[in-house]
Amino acid sequence: MLGNFLPHGVEYLRFLPEILLTVFGTLIMILEVLTSERQKHNLGNLALIGITAAFIANVYAYSNGGAAFQNMIIVDAYGTFFRGLVLVVGFLCILTSFSYLDREKAQSGEYYALILFSLVGQCVLATAYDLIMVFIGLEISSIATYVLADYLRNDRRNNESSLKYFLLGSFATAFLLYGIAWIYGLTGYTNLQEIQRVLSDQAQRPSILLAGLAAGLMFVGFGFKVSVAPFQVWAPDVYQGAAAPVSAFMSAGPKAAAFAVFFRVFMTSFGPMSERWMPLVWGCALLTMVVGNFAALRQTNIKRLLGYSSIAHAGYVMVALTARSQIGVAAAMYYLASYALMNIGAFAVVSYVAGRQERNVKIEDLAGLGRRQPVIAALLSIFVFSLIGVPLTGGFFGKFYVFEAALDSHLYWLTVLGLVNSAISAYYYLKIIVAAYMREPGPATAELPAPAPGVRIAIWATALGTLALGIFPSPLITFASYSASALR
Amino acid sequence: MNILAVLLALPLIGFFVVLASPRDSKLPFFFAIVTSLAAFFVSLGLIGPVFADPAHFTSVLNLPWIDSTTFQIRFHLGIDGINVWLILLTTLLIPIGVWISQTQIRERHKGFYALLMLFEFGLIGVFSAVDLFVFYVFWEVALVPMYLMVGSWGGARRGYAAVKFFVYTMLGSVLMLGSIIYLYSFTGTSDYQGILNVFSSGRITISPSDSVILFLGFFAAFAIKVPIFPLHAWLPVAYVEAPAPATFLLAAVMSKMGAYGLLRFCVPLFPVGAHRCADWIVILAIIGIIYGALVALVQRNIKRLIAYSSISHLGFIVLGIFTFSQNGVDGAVYQMIAHGLSTGALFLLAGTMEQRRGSTEISDFGGIAPLAPGLASAFMIAMLASMGLPTLCNFIGEYLVLQGAALTHFPWAVFAAIGVILSAAYMLWMYQRTFLGKSPEPKIAMPDLTLSEWVPVVPLILFMVWLGSYTQSFMPPITAANAQLLEQTRISNEYRVQLAAPTAPEALHAR
Repeated sequence: MLGNFLPHGVEYLRFLPEILLTVFGTLIMILEVLTSERQKHNLGNLALIGITAAFIANVYAYSNGGAAFQNMIIVDAYGTFFRGLVLVVGFLCILTSFSYLDREKAQSGEYYALILFSLVGQCVLATAYDLIMVFIGLEISSIATYVLADYLRNDRRNNESSLKYFLLGSFATAFLLYGIAWIYGLTGYTNLQEIQRVLSDQAQRPSILLAGLAAGLMFVGFGFKVSVAPFQVWAPDVYQGAAAPVSAFMSAGPKAAAFAVFFRVFMTSFGPMSERWMPLVWGCALLTMVVGNFAALRQTNIKRLLGYSSIAHAGYVMVALTARSQIGVAAAMYYLASYALMNIGAFAVVSYVAGRQERNVKIEDLAGLGRRQPVIAALLSIFVFSLIGVPLTGGFFGKFYVFEAALDSHLYWLTVLGLVNSAISAYYYLKIIVAAYMREPGPATAELPAPAPGVRIAIWATALGTLALGIFPSPLITFASYSASALR
Repeated sequence: MNILAVLLALPLIGFFVVLASPRDSKLPFFFAIVTSLAAFFVSLGLIGPVFADPAHFTSVLNLPWIDSTTFQIRFHLGIDGINVWLILLTTLLIPIGVWISQTQIRERHKGFYALLMLFEFGLIGVFSAVDLFVFYVFWEVALVPMYLMVGSWGGARRGYAAVKFFVYTMLGSVLMLGSIIYLYSFTGTSDYQGILNVFSSGRITISPSDSVILFLGFFAAFAIKVPIFPLHAWLPVAYVEAPAPATFLLAAVMSKMGAYGLLRFCVPLFPVGAHRCADWIVILAIIGIIYGALVALVQRNIKRLIAYSSISHLGFIVLGIFTFSQNGVDGAVYQMIAHGLSTGALFLLAGTMEQRRGSTEISDFGGIAPLAPGLASAFMIAMLASMGLPTLCNFIGEYLVLQGAALTHFPWAVFAAIGVILSAAYMLWMYQRTFLGKSPEPKIAMPDLTLSEWVPVVPLILFMVWLGSYTQSFMPPITAANAQLLEQTRISNEYRVQLAAPTAPEALHAR
């Protein structure tokens, strides 16, 4: 009897990335006390090794895919994709962090361990197949991220950022948990597949109103995590206040993971009632794009601008959810991958330019970057053009994919309004280019030392990745559309 | 080896080589001029096949690009009678642009040459793309370097001009993108010929109202790019603020992107939409012709004057296309080339004047013809060409457009002809105030064109005369390709009527 409950060996294998990340995270915490101040950055290298190991384990787990732990998690192509994505995000963010932490004299193992723990949560989210796992994953990811946002404890902006993130985030989690409780009460299950079965079964189906309310509660919870309007207010403040590499991490990793589970829950469990939630998502998608883009028009702080831009991009992903189709899911996957690359790249440049204590995070502080650091400026313009959605970048193909999915589902108005939004967004993104290339550096502009190797690698990797996604999109499209078929 | 592939690869190679070359040397210029000249000579090889078969795509480049279960997009490019001269115009004018940049661009040469190469890559792609997705990609690829050139090397208000230029274009482009995605999702292909095949096979038909909406999506992008009145607000500021080589290329080549798109994609893909909207578009085109001319009349700045005259002349091209007559469309294509040469030459010479005087205000000039007779005569020829003097290039284009308009709807021709008269007025008046009469105090130092400044002017003048006096060298492929395009438009038009008609009786019968 007990034997049935004990997991098989292969189930541990499917969970190996999370195990490895936890092991490495704990190891770093232990080694922290044994490492001298000057050796701390080696803990970061250890974290990079851990992430690489987890990535390999992720690929290996995929070749032994399937469910694990009584269907609590499932290792399918979709989960593998997002696990891989968040691991890449973590890797790039750690690369960006080295020189940042050196500059702030805040090098410590704690930081790297927290990133690893946050990644554990995101990996769980990517593969969660049960609402309990969804909740656990979300909490692991969020709590580590709350602490990361306040990593520079003596910085008041960090304190504000973290407190806001924590208060609003826990509020949202409460909504989510309440929704989970309702669903459990209504259907008697927490497994995503079982919920779908009950909801699509005419005989067993609970009151559609109550199920809809439960879905709405969960929508609020997820909406907060992915910063969808009207639950987006925290995002600009948090991204502005947190340390730049942390903002990069928060805007790419936890967001992608939250979207992954958002799509999985709504496409799988609430798939049978998609007719009902579609108008809600439609409205949220439009509102998110409009709020994000129009608020960004007036920003002067780059981090805040990127914060609003991340809201706008969440809106485009929501358009893909509105399409309620496999191609929509695949489009969202593609979009999130390209968004992660271009956004981390942009934040990496910001964290490089920002200087000590992030003194230079205004748009005008980029003035003359084209002369001071021509290569970095050129790479920054790749990210900016990708964020606008100019062809031959991942950002463009992502948009093409998303709106193709939307038109396939006959969402004509949403497509037109979304496209117009993306044209409007060009205005504020171009401010960055205007500053970098078309303004002379002022007398007060600080000297910019050449970028440290870590940042340089991160910027180059994200730029090349962005271009590769734009010029050779086929492999990722093929994998994404294959993965999307897992969500039924 | 495919000529088109080589032609497309050359500027791209040039781009990377220029980027890799050392900053403070002559090498970037050297590589840029060598690759752009090589591209010109390679592009001459496109002419032969087109003359042999002008109505179909020749030198076709058709490679798989995006090959997945969801998307199949082929990198499909081709040359026919409509775009061959535009490609040649591009490859002729880019080396000129590179040449004048050595004196007109004062700093960061390397970046400018690199962007010029990227720009050429984009333009060749735009003019030769057969696949709509590929077309859109190149459309934007050409936009980005121009934006950077205007913004980084332009005048005092360069940032404003560049952003306005980019955002305006982007607003139109995204609507075109919407139409392209819709066509793709509807027909399963983004290939121009593929879509036409799908339509003509009758497997899928678009309703007239859809045709109008899709047409307007494309039209938005092209109308802003041309620009058609009242979407021209970006143009004067961009032309004036851009550095001279960029203005030269903006006016001479880039403004043809929109007109070309109208003819190549808007009309044949959505004949119903095009016919339904034609009257409105023609009215806007005529307003643009007269409005541009009237505003040009009161300009005090030479560059602004040429910019507004450009709006006026581009109106002729749009008018010609939407007459749907052989003469009108032929004239429109001819006018694209002619306008490229004449306006290009005017901006080029205005650039040299600006370099000497540090300004392009008309009041800062006067009586410079005796001081610089070479400059004055070159300017005179370009100006006369622009006015549409017979034996010079613009005359042919404008004449054919007016003839097409007169045959279709006579009053159109009357109103458009007012634009021709006005163009003589503002051009001659401007010439009088700058080159003739008394020079302002203090005296101007106005040296004549140097040898290096003659180099770009001479080929332009030669081509203006050649296009104006021996049409037969250029016209046959244009006519043949247009005839086929118009035929296609007509057939699919009738086909739709036929298809719509029989269904109604059948439905009655079934009942």
